[in-house]
Amino acid sequence: MSTAPIAISNTILTLPDQSTATLPKRNYINAEHGILSWLLTGDHKRIAMLYLFSITFFFFIGGAFAGLIRLELLTPMPDLVASDTYNKFFTMHGIIMIFLFLVPSVPATLGNFLIPIMIGAKDLAFPKINLLSWYLYLIGGTLTLAALVLGGVDTGWTFTTPLSTHYLNTHVLTAATAIFIAGFSSIFTGLNFIVTIHRMRAPGMTWFRMPLFCWSNYAASILMVLGTPVLAIAIVLVALERTIGIGVFDPAKGGDPLLFQHLFWFYSHPAVYIMILPGMGVISEVISTFSRKRVFGYTAVAFSSVAIALFGFFVWAHHMFIMGVSNYSALVFSLLTMLVAVPSAIKIFNWAFTLQKGSITFETPMLYAFGFMGLFTIGGLTGVFLGSLGMDIHLTETYFIVAHFHFVMVGGMLMAFLAGVHFWWPKLTGRMYPEGISKLAAVVTFIGFNLTFLPQFILGYLGMPRRYHAYPVDYQVLNVLSTAGATVLGVGYMLPILYLGWSLKYGAIAGDNPWQATGLEWQIQSPPLTENFTEIPIVDYEAYDYEWLEKKQKEQVTTVG
Amino acid sequence: MAHDTEHHYHDPMNVTNPEHAEHHLVTPGQYSIVFGTLLVGTAITVGAAYVDMGVLNPIIALAIACTKAVIVILFFMHVKYQSRLIKMTVGAGFLTFIILIGMTLSDYMSRAWGLW
Amino acid sequence: MDNAIATTHDAGVHEEHEHIALPQHRHHFETEEQQREAGSFGMWLFLLTEIMFFGGMFFAYLLYRNWYYPAFAAASNQLNVPMGAANTAILITSGFAMALGVYYAEVRDRKKLVIALIVTTIFGCAFLGVKYFEYKEKYELHHIPGSGFSVSMFVNPQAFPQYPDTFAEKPLAPDMAQHTQLFFFLYFAMTGMHALHMIIGIGLLVWLIWRANRGEFSEGYVAPIENFGLYWHFVDIVWLFLFPLLYLINRHPLK
Repeated sequence: MSTAPIAISNTILTLPDQSTATLPKRNYINAEHGILSWLLTGDHKRIAMLYLFSITFFFFIGGAFAGLIRLELLTPMPDLVASDTYNKFFTMHGIIMIFLFLVPSVPATLGNFLIPIMIGAKDLAFPKINLLSWYLYLIGGTLTLAALVLGGVDTGWTFTTPLSTHYLNTHVLTAATAIFIAGFSSIFTGLNFIVTIHRMRAPGMTWFRMPLFCWSNYAASILMVLGTPVLAIAIVLVALERTIGIGVFDPAKGGDPLLFQHLFWFYSHPAVYIMILPGMGVISEVISTFSRKRVFGYTAVAFSSVAIALFGFFVWAHHMFIMGVSNYSALVFSLLTMLVAVPSAIKIFNWAFTLQKGSITFETPMLYAFGFMGLFTIGGLTGVFLGSLGMDIHLTETYFIVAHFHFVMVGGMLMAFLAGVHFWWPKLTGRMYPEGISKLAAVVTFIGFNLTFLPQFILGYLGMPRRYHAYPVDYQVLNVLSTAGATVLGVGYMLPILYLGWSLKYGAIAGDNPWQATGLEWQIQSPPLTENFTEIPIVDYEAYDYEWLEKKQKEQVTTVG
Repeated sequence: MAHDTEHHYHDPMNVTNPEHAEHHLVTPGQYSIVFGTLLVGTAITVGAAYVDMGVLNPIIALAIACTKAVIVILFFMHVKYQSRLIKMTVGAGFLTFIILIGMTLSDYMSRAWGLW
Repeated sequence: MDNAIATTHDAGVHEEHEHIALPQHRHHFETEEQQREAGSFGMWLFLLTEIMFFGGMFFAYLLYRNWYYPAFAAASNQLNVPMGAANTAILITSGFAMALGVYYAEVRDRKKLVIALIVTTIFGCAFLGVKYFEYKEKYELHHIPGSGFSVSMFVNPQAFPQYPDTFAEKPLAPDMAQHTQLFFFLYFAMTGMHALHMIIGIGLLVWLIWRANRGEFSEGYVAPIENFGLYWHFVDIVWLFLFPLLYLINRHPLK
């Protein structure tokens, strides 16, 4: 057995007979009609779809700015735009991508759609608050667009004082208000998830029977609820400092600009985990399903999510090592930063062990998941470089750090998001995406990504600073590579939009459980009914119990036969 | 059978509502005692502020404030009679608050040893 | 046997609570119990975000109070302790009335519930009224941060014989006196944020009184009253810390 090769069958995809299959007559999409039935809905699935469309919109706006940035950096000379326009480009790119795409990406779309179903509930605990959170998101998004149209912001997404309070005459207040409001959207999503997971689980759905996706979203929700208000107050203080000059962050009046950074990073470091944790949950589901095995060390993976959330609150000052924090506390924060690597590594190792001797198949979600594992590992390990004091002083504020967080956020989180969207697309819409071209897109994305960001590690190590629109000629080769990669990456992101849109109408009918997965969401029709279940399920099996699924399917065959 | 499902939430083994706590009413009499205690606490706070006790002044003021807050949380907000979940939630809030204060303070205090 | 126990239990304790589907019961909750506990848990989580929101300002206070202690002590002495203390008592009374309100909702006494809520509102408004006079005094003394801020009372307190408390203060060096502005900013930011919460709370109270008067909360559906109570008490607690921290920094000997 030990010498036997890993069984690679072509696919586990099982679709119903397409000549007879139809979408379920009643489902959440056709339950009500008209635009108002969507805009005033309380259904978590519809809100998830609203979120999905809105974050995709903002993703492409943020992406357009990324394209402009790369275009400017194609040549060493500052020939495309002036320096302050360039500053606005990267600021808008950062603000939109972080607050309007990455933070809500998986939780507000897939989490919103799936968490109630996964735990056997009819809806989230507070449907109206869920809808409110989408509207707050929209208001935040609209204000960001307003700031953009009015002339942009050039503080960088970090709003660093005193730059943001004293030296810039751009639309900082508009953008700050946008973030403040979008923050409350995120708080309400997190609050809803925590209450739902605590209070709404179906009979038999114990904590340790929950899919790991719920665990990781739960951990991320804790961060949203406890971290975001600190960002909110930091932003309020910046706004007051700008408008009436109160002096909390103004050294001339006795204030300390670093206080802003403490408050800002107290949220914004955990925010990194708000972004990545739900993605990790997606990967757990995908890897288990496509290797037909229970996630290795389920309990360890579950607790590692909580551990990441907890440690996440103790490490924020590693963003401030060169900003003038005390050397002694920098030592402590550096050490604590290393600790975060432990639960992250637990996850990576457990996924690897899940793959071991599994019956692996390579469908699109799995390709993205493999992409995630590789790229997140590189992103995480370079994070350890940056967490160590000496290295950080050399590398921080260079392209090394840009490459690092794009490996985690884009290589990790975005891959996970796309893995999740493909994995659950049949459940969301009832139809399959076309498998061939989606595999191509996954590969294109992976190649494009590496081409874009691997050169940036080298650039950063050689000393190219971030946030400049010009650079010495010596760096041009690597920059051209990076820009070329960004083009490929852009194609990789356009493809899913096209074929997923196509599949809405022409995709194959997916059936209830195309992936033969065990989660509760796969035991109901696709797309689901408005209240998900006809009767509340009683859960009598462990998570990822594929034997239970086989047994159940055999029973169904015999009863039908 | 229908009866069983109707009452499944009374079963302690059931996980639908495991963090459920029996409902408990605090009586107006108990509230009055709490009310009195809080007023007395306020009087002591003001009184203590006018006595010079050196470094103890802010400590005493904060200690009384904390005591009053705990009393409000336990009785007015019923946490004493709530499930473990609610108790842990309140604890988690204050823990995070302490992390924010403590870890930030670690920077400011070690920037200039002894001056704090 | 199990059924027998369940039946007795049912008849004994939940005699009037069970089997009456409340109109406010939302369909996606299995039981009313579940709905109520979800609501109160959600409220607690919201209060957690409030703790962290105020947390940032409390830290700013802690930091600058230690950096600029003389300025903070002198500026704090400009605040009106009798008014602050009275406000504390007013707020505690308001909280007491609110707690009684929750009790009367539980025992389904519509009249007393409405009275308790009205008393809560009156004391809440009284608090804001006192705050108004305090703010007004600060305005007249040019102690509102911004372009109109004046440090003259701290640099040269002896020029103000009409204010005996100020007259007795030791003058601050001009650079230290500048930092009184930080104190007053934090004072206005923290008490202002607190007052904002009070105003929102009073708005909600009026709405709740109207609904309570229609008898909405005296038929066993008390969640809104209970959850609003949590909010109101939380606002009280913030003040319980603000009062000693802002008003009583250095009042000894007898200032």
